Amino acid sequence: MAHQSELIAKDIHAYLKAQQEKSMLRFITCGSVDDGKSTLIGRLLWDSKLVFEDQLAALEADSKRVGTQGEEIDYALLLDGLQAEREQGITIDVAYRFFSTDKRKFIVADTPGHEQYTRNMVTGASTADVAVILIDARKGVLTQTKRHSYLVSLVGIRKVVVAINKMDLVGYDQNCFEQIAQDYQAIAGVLGFEEITYIPISALKGDNIISLTASNMSWYAGPALLDYLETVQIGDTRSVQPFRMRIQWVNRPNLDFRGFCGTIASGQCRPGDPVVVPSSGQQSRIARIVTMDGDLELACAGQSITLTLEDEIDVSRGDMLTDPNRCPGFANQFQAKIVWLNENALLPGRSYLLKAGSSVTPAQISSLKQRINVCTFQDESGKTLSMNEIGVCNLALDRAIAFDPYVENRHTGNFILIDRFTNATVGAGMIDFALRRASNIHWQVLEVDKIARAEMKNQKPFVLWFTGLSGSGKSTLANLVEQKLHSLGKHTYLLDGDNVRHGLNRDLGFTDADRVENVRRIAETAKLFVDAGLIVLTAFISPFRSERAMARDILEEAEFVEIFVDTPLEVCERRDPKGLYKKARAGELKNFTGIDSDYEVPERPEIVVNGANADADNLAEQIIQKVKKNLSLGN
Amino acid sequence: MTHLEQLEAESIHILREVVAEFENPVMLYSIGKDSSVMLHLARKAFYPAKPPFPLMHVDTTWKFREMIEFRDRMARECGFDLLIHTNEEGVRQGISPFTHGSALYTDVMKTEGLKQALDKYKFDAAFGGARRDEEKSRAKERIFSFRSETHRWDPKSQRPELWNIYNAKVKKGESIRAFPLSNWTELDIWQYIYLEQIPIVPLYYSKVRPVVERDGMLIMVDDDRLKLLPGEDVQMKSVRFRTLGCYPLTGAVESTADNLPEIIQEMLLTRTSERQGRLIDHDQAGSMEKKKQEGYF
Ligand SMILES: Nc1nc2c(ncn2[C@@H]2O[C@H](COP(=O)(O)OP(=O)(O)OP(=O)(O)O)[C@@H](O)[C@H]2O)c(=O)[nH]1
Ligand SMILES: [Mg+2]
Repeated sequence: MAHQSELIAKDIHAYLKAQQEKSMLRFITCGSVDDGKSTLIGRLLWDSKLVFEDQLAALEADSKRVGTQGEEIDYALLLDGLQAEREQGITIDVAYRFFSTDKRKFIVADTPGHEQYTRNMVTGASTADVAVILIDARKGVLTQTKRHSYLVSLVGIRKVVVAINKMDLVGYDQNCFEQIAQDYQAIAGVLGFEEITYIPISALKGDNIISLTASNMSWYAGPALLDYLETVQIGDTRSVQPFRMRIQWVNRPNLDFRGFCGTIASGQCRPGDPVVVPSSGQQSRIARIVTMDGDLELACAGQSITLTLEDEIDVSRGDMLTDPNRCPGFANQFQAKIVWLNENALLPGRSYLLKAGSSVTPAQISSLKQRINVCTFQDESGKTLSMNEIGVCNLALDRAIAFDPYVENRHTGNFILIDRFTNATVGAGMIDFALRRASNIHWQVLEVDKIARAEMKNQKPFVLWFTGLSGSGKSTLANLVEQKLHSLGKHTYLLDGDNVRHGLNRDLGFTDADRVENVRRIAETAKLFVDAGLIVLTAFISPFRSERAMARDILEEAEFVEIFVDTPLEVCERRDPKGLYKKARAGELKNFTGIDSDYEVPERPEIVVNGANADADNLAEQIIQKVKKNLSLGN
Repeated sequence: MTHLEQLEAESIHILREVVAEFENPVMLYSIGKDSSVMLHLARKAFYPAKPPFPLMHVDTTWKFREMIEFRDRMARECGFDLLIHTNEEGVRQGISPFTHGSALYTDVMKTEGLKQALDKYKFDAAFGGARRDEEKSRAKERIFSFRSETHRWDPKSQRPELWNIYNAKVKKGESIRAFPLSNWTELDIWQYIYLEQIPIVPLYYSKVRPVVERDGMLIMVDDDRLKLLPGEDVQMKSVRFRTLGCYPLTGAVESTADNLPEIIQEMLLTRTSERQGRLIDHDQAGSMEKKKQEGYF
């Protein structure tokens, strides 16, 4: 903050006034391992006098103890704040730092270069306006430089600085700088940046960072890095885009007030403006924009506001209010680019939670269309995405949501994917386009519906979902239960390995991805049969919780009865009716549940039966007793 | 939008997101300037309703008296639901910063006290007023910071946090600490207090106060539990505080700044960080990270 010190001492009031006019710029540093990202930010903080004396004392001590610069100061230690980072001399997680000059306040995210921590780099990039991509002058453009450049472009950053660092180690050689700039230009073509600025720097020595250091690089005409950051124009088009606001919270302090709270994603609004809710098509007008300091006449993109509407319409959290003349897309299927962030690979068919703004919807990756090779930027085919991989996917959501393509609107075209069991944030998505418009396919209301069909059978349809290890007794039990139901006059259908694996699912093997798809198809089939009015029994290992939860979700409540056939592995293995355990133990059979593939025990099954019990008929009768409620027609 | 307007909007967004997603959130209210700003933002976020969560103060019994007065006055005037929790076991054992050292004292009265209170009321989300510019391990923390059932923070496996979409999913017993002021700096806080005329504890303003010099810090004699050591004497000095905590652990700075512009001026010209006046951060290298892992805010 050295810049303003005169004004601070002379006229603090004038200084405070000037401060209020400041704009804000968010940027990141990225690039390959050890290219000097943390050192650069440390240097920026240092040179803008943001390192206090007590911090300096700590920094000097740390530099001697764990620094990489011998007796000299290691500026990276100002950033690498975690013990593990200091010990290893690398950045693991993104650090957010702040500094300001006369013109701007800056929020900088220092991201890790290691491939392993790419997800933390994406975290930092997602909110940045500008990226500073560092390249070690001795090494030139590396794979990780390309990966980060691709991600920077993917998250929608359009202005980048390519800072060619460690110029001190190549004798401040102009040719070296130009060669690297040329190499970068050659790969950047496909990335669609609006503006690339090349700056030769030495983060360690402070060359061309705050100001130009003519003595070393007289051949470079500018700008210095800070000059660039202070003046770069972030064409904020958000305000001129159509009005969009997702409802975060409905404010109902009393019966007379119903306010809709949210952050305006784009556009602006005034009292009197018409708005529409895409999910219902309902329209109204904005009555007031309410704040604690009085009503507003106008609110713009980025503001967090509370609106009231002129009419009582049905709007809740997750819904979007939009400009009726320029509506967003509204769909339950779309194509999106996904960056995978978790150790457990993405599995097409598995149900994840998709959170877009305030709306949370179960969603599946219906297919992985391509995987993107970050070295060549070419598409490749693939069945799954592993951590840090990027893919183009089709998604199917349980409900349609309002959205815009990410390239058009960074604030309404994004989402995250959450694992339904670990709750981890596993993916980051950017929507390309809708696959078909849900608004056009409002399910045709059929005259003959599920209730009508079931009534004809004099029954309520539901699914008995048996799950358990191979050899646990699922099929035996399901068969017995079906016989009993049949003798009670119920119309049933049993989906079992034999009638499904050989037909519908004969293209599937036993990898995790295939198992997920297998169960998905069974669940969908069961759902159709339920719709036809039948009582369905399924007898599959169905080892993963996520897929069983998915099956539960696509059915209505009380239509899904999970039966865990709880038989110890030793018992199953002893029974080994098809000799499969023996083969699996001998290594002849891969991915066998219980041996080299997991079985995830149900957390809250409706029914648990002890499958080690030899009296199967008795067990089947127990199951019938437990589902008596479903069998009677009353409630 | 100016930078303060942007920060305000971001904080309000975070406050609302937590309230919408969690069943039982709480705001940890430490009475300091950051808490005052956070509370002010909460009032804005939910206006005309009152913030739909209680405030909780973990009282170590060693806070400045003026802080407690201020706390009770704010609760009365704004009509907040205020919960106060003290680690009674610690009190019974007579844990004091003077006799047990700052590390053990902080661990028992603050960290343990906080965990007890969170468990007692089964809060699934807790707002804290921490800022990333305060300390280098804080600079690494997410806005929605996941805590295990035992309140632990695992810095090595933080959830990725993209855009302004926050993952609020937790299992029973687990929780989220949410930091609406993550991206504010000390200067932003002061400027905002100045612009919005937010009330703060008078200890932030200079006044002649009784202090003793100890371990290179000026400690205020706030009550008779402070026993003078040989060679120490009480001096009357014009002092104020940059941060507020427990009085035996919080150093005053000599100053004549008794209004906000002068305080800001001093802050901008100083060559030391605000945490320098806090004993607990210096106990050992990486001490904040360690405390946070154990459940400290
Ligand atoms: N000579 C010289 N060394 C530099 C320069 N910039 C950085 N270094 C050194 O390069 C090494 C790596 O620097 P860091 O700042 O930790 O690199 P990084 O890009 O942040 O690394 P990760 O975050 O782990 O990917 C350190 O030893 C730095 O001191 C420079 O301009 N000149
Ligand atoms: Mg680094």
